[in-house]
Amino acid sequence: MIDVLRSLFPAAGLEPGESTDQPAIRVPAASLVDVCRALRDRDGLGFVLLADITAVDWWPREPRYEVVYHLSSMTQRLRVKVSIDGASPRLPTVQSVWPAAGWLERETWDMFGVVFEDHGDLRRLLMPDEWEGYPLRKDFPVQIRLRPRSEQPLQVTESEFRANLERDRAARADAPGKIGT
Amino acid sequence: MPIDDGRSPLAAHYDPDLPVLTTSVDKLVQWARRSSIWPVTFGLACCAIEMMAMSCSRYDIARFGAEVFRGSPRQSDLMIVAGRLSRKMAPALRRVYDQMPEPKWVISMGACASIGGVFDNYALVQGVDQIVPVDVYVPGCPPRPESLIYGIVQLQKKIASQRA
Repeated sequence: MIDVLRSLFPAAGLEPGESTDQPAIRVPAASLVDVCRALRDRDGLGFVLLADITAVDWWPREPRYEVVYHLSSMTQRLRVKVSIDGASPRLPTVQSVWPAAGWLERETWDMFGVVFEDHGDLRRLLMPDEWEGYPLRKDFPVQIRLRPRSEQPLQVTESEFRANLERDRAARADAPGKIGT
Repeated sequence: MPIDDGRSPLAAHYDPDLPVLTTSVDKLVQWARRSSIWPVTFGLACCAIEMMAMSCSRYDIARFGAEVFRGSPRQSDLMIVAGRLSRKMAPALRRVYDQMPEPKWVISMGACASIGGVFDNYALVQGVDQIVPVDVYVPGCPPRPESLIYGIVQLQKKIASQRA
């Protein structure tokens, strides 16, 4: 498999990754999206399913983070590993290859602070919206005691709330006996 | 003939020759409240499995009049916090509690709900008494159904001792 990819991307510097159970390759961040697209589309590869994206924090070693993509085809599995440095962990998004990457990349950003460029919707997924820090980083204080919040801010602004009311009222006036839109 | 020996649920005075039973409003109301506690369905983790076992035929909490688990907090008077409460869930728990009509009680079931249990970390609330007032703490990890029944009986005693 790696020979096929090397012939496709001679300049990329692909290496076999260390692994005990299933094949793994190391890919430089710059050629990640191109390699992923080849893994999905190339005859004999056909990794159509992106099963998971996660990361490993090797702190204090550099390069600190290792983002791992778990791929699956009808016949085989593969791990793709990308090492990135700790100062500004950034990677291109692979949503153009697998749309499923959206939430997986959100989770990886949420937990490790790895920024996926051009993601478009990099919001907190598991942690509360106002959370500060990235809890799965090795230097995160796991046993911090914070005051729990018992209230939640409204999900809509006041003007949106009033607009919703007006819209519902107008809809009821149009169709008597029918509630809402 | 006064029969208020502390064990009889209701009567303060009972005359066998008359079809009359005198008692206080407090006793009557609290007897009614504690004899049909309706818990809200609020399972958070593995403790909820024991809570379900408690409500089913083998342990049968119906014997103590508390078997009607409601899907709506507006029809409930007891919240059994069964499991670990994450920080993100805390506002939802408080909202469910606020939606329950008075009078209402809370049982904190298990180690996680009471003090955080083994999860001493950033993600979990270290004790639901930081979010809602707790009446009875049931220890265990998870508590056996008998423990939770004992907790409910303790709550019934507490209700009986309160003023209406």
